[in-house]
Amino acid sequence: MEIILFIQNLLAATLRVATPLMFGTMGELFAERSGVLNLGIEGTMFLGAFVGFTVASFTGSLWLGVLAALFAGGLAGLLMSFFAVRLGVNQHVSGLGITLLLVSLSLFFFRIIFGENQLPPKIEPFPQMTFLEGVPFLGPILAQYALTYIAILLVPLVWWILFRTNFGLDIRAVGENPEAADAAGVNVYRTRHIALAIGGGLMAVGGAFLTLAQLGSFTFGIIAGRGWVCIALIIFANWQPQRVLWGALLFGGIFALQLRLQTTGLKLPYEAFLALPYIVTIIALAITGRKATGPAAVLKPYKRE
Amino acid sequence: MKINYRLVRSPAPAWFSAIIPLLAIVVTFLITSVFIIIAGANPFEAYYYFLISPLTSKIGILEVLVKSTPLILTGAAVTIAFASGYWNIGAEGQLYAGAVAAAWLGTTLIGVPQPAAILIMLLGGFIAGMLWALIPAILKVKLSVDEVVTTLLMNYVALFFVSALLNGPWRDPVSNWPQSPDILASTMMPKLFPPSRLHFGFIVGVLAVVTIWFILSRTGLGMRMRSVGMGQEAARFMGVKIGRTMFITALISGGIAGLAGVTEVAGIHFHLIDAISPGYGYTGIIAATLGNLNPFGSMAASLFLGLISTGSQAVSRSLGVPTFLGDVVQATLLLVTLAMFLLRNYTLRKVE
Repeated sequence: MEIILFIQNLLAATLRVATPLMFGTMGELFAERSGVLNLGIEGTMFLGAFVGFTVASFTGSLWLGVLAALFAGGLAGLLMSFFAVRLGVNQHVSGLGITLLLVSLSLFFFRIIFGENQLPPKIEPFPQMTFLEGVPFLGPILAQYALTYIAILLVPLVWWILFRTNFGLDIRAVGENPEAADAAGVNVYRTRHIALAIGGGLMAVGGAFLTLAQLGSFTFGIIAGRGWVCIALIIFANWQPQRVLWGALLFGGIFALQLRLQTTGLKLPYEAFLALPYIVTIIALAITGRKATGPAAVLKPYKRE
Repeated sequence: MKINYRLVRSPAPAWFSAIIPLLAIVVTFLITSVFIIIAGANPFEAYYYFLISPLTSKIGILEVLVKSTPLILTGAAVTIAFASGYWNIGAEGQLYAGAVAAAWLGTTLIGVPQPAAILIMLLGGFIAGMLWALIPAILKVKLSVDEVVTTLLMNYVALFFVSALLNGPWRDPVSNWPQSPDILASTMMPKLFPPSRLHFGFIVGVLAVVTIWFILSRTGLGMRMRSVGMGQEAARFMGVKIGRTMFITALISGGIAGLAGVTEVAGIHFHLIDAISPGYGYTGIIAATLGNLNPFGSMAASLFLGLISTGSQAVSRSLGVPTFLGDVVQATLLLVTLAMFLLRNYTLRKVE
């Protein structure tokens, strides 16, 4: 049955493509829920892809690569926090500056470490997990990388942290009304620093997924705007973790579908398909439009009197 | 008697505010020298190639101006947008739109005398940049969709659009390279000081800067734009139509970014390639910020950024340091300047 095979492949690819978007969006969710728009996301994902690949190729351990990406991303989050929270400078410009810095630093060190090669260096990427192989119909769909399962488990975990723990309450409080949170004894700065560090770590793991699982190599165009798509996904998901899952799957589906449409011989240049996910993102934002209301304190630096 | 000095929150003296950019440059080079040492080079030697060697010959200085030309334009585009509270991060895509228009007009305007042809190309590039800025502007004004995300995403759409043109209908039939056919000689920007590559586009850049300075500081429109930039509540209080003002801002900004595409096609490459901009739209954000959202400040910053990117090639050639060092220096400079601008709010007071 060719159609069943097509659907199985499409759904499997959807989960794969959605994985880095879920990590990135969950990371951005922590930042924005605490009241900071982190436009450093694109660069943080790029850094994660680079650090993960480099550490894995020198230690031979893919999981060490993931951990190193998590750590580097946490530092990137703290750097963003230093500018946006501690210094309270413009979040748009500092975020973009951090993206520019992290992308150029990653490229700079990639050239120093790996030199200028004709062929990009490669590693043996993560295998897909096949423990659910026997399940009828779903078996091939569920043959995914471990990081994809972790990304899905992040949804209930992040929801639980944000809505069922004191720490989550603090994050939401400093994101909505930092003055009131401060008056209630919450350390606004520290809460935001931690939220941005966690967020940066998650973003970087999303980037590392691309080099360590999906590709096994590092290319200059590896992130290709995925970070910006994550920023759009948050608006689309109305800052709700459970809706991030559906948003990421929807966009993952469009990414996966366009790859398959390219090979069906439709009379359109393949670039039209490549541009499709970005165009759909813009259309989705237009539909969400006015209904989107983020945390009230985003973009407003907090100054303790 | 002991005299202590203390930082207090009060505007810094004017002379100190004026030298902050210079201090930021020094701090940036201190920070980035770590990376230069890691790359196995001597930082002092590297700074010589970065900052001095491009300025040691007339052709070198003119080359810095060549590199600055697109940055002056994208910097001006970002300056007018940011000063008016419209976060146009889409100068990169708008530049590509202008470049497409120039590549098309440059092969179409047969028999049109050079001055008219160049004027038409500039106008065409301006309109193309405006059109590329139109969708995010409409979404912002009509549906209050955040322009940061939409302008960023439009950059990627622009790149795919250009790549579709170059791999499809515009592919050079002779070489089969993904580049458009060369534009007509009559549509090329005249050289200002041959044999240097410096071209008429530099003058276009300077005129654009003077124009946005005039708009922002000498017209009613500019006053309304700046009032929106200072805060929507203040603007509403003054009776400014915010949506309308933002819409006009977005289109002017997009148009100026489009001009950068025209100058690169008609002044440097003479055809369209998909690597026509190595991120000039994003570097424009650095220029505008370093210039403190002042049009002339942004132009001065563009000249310095042009020096850095010329210098990074010299560093790479002479010391084998990856050219990406130039981008690292530019991004570090942006962040350091952002932080150091805060010093304008402090002053050193004597306390007894």
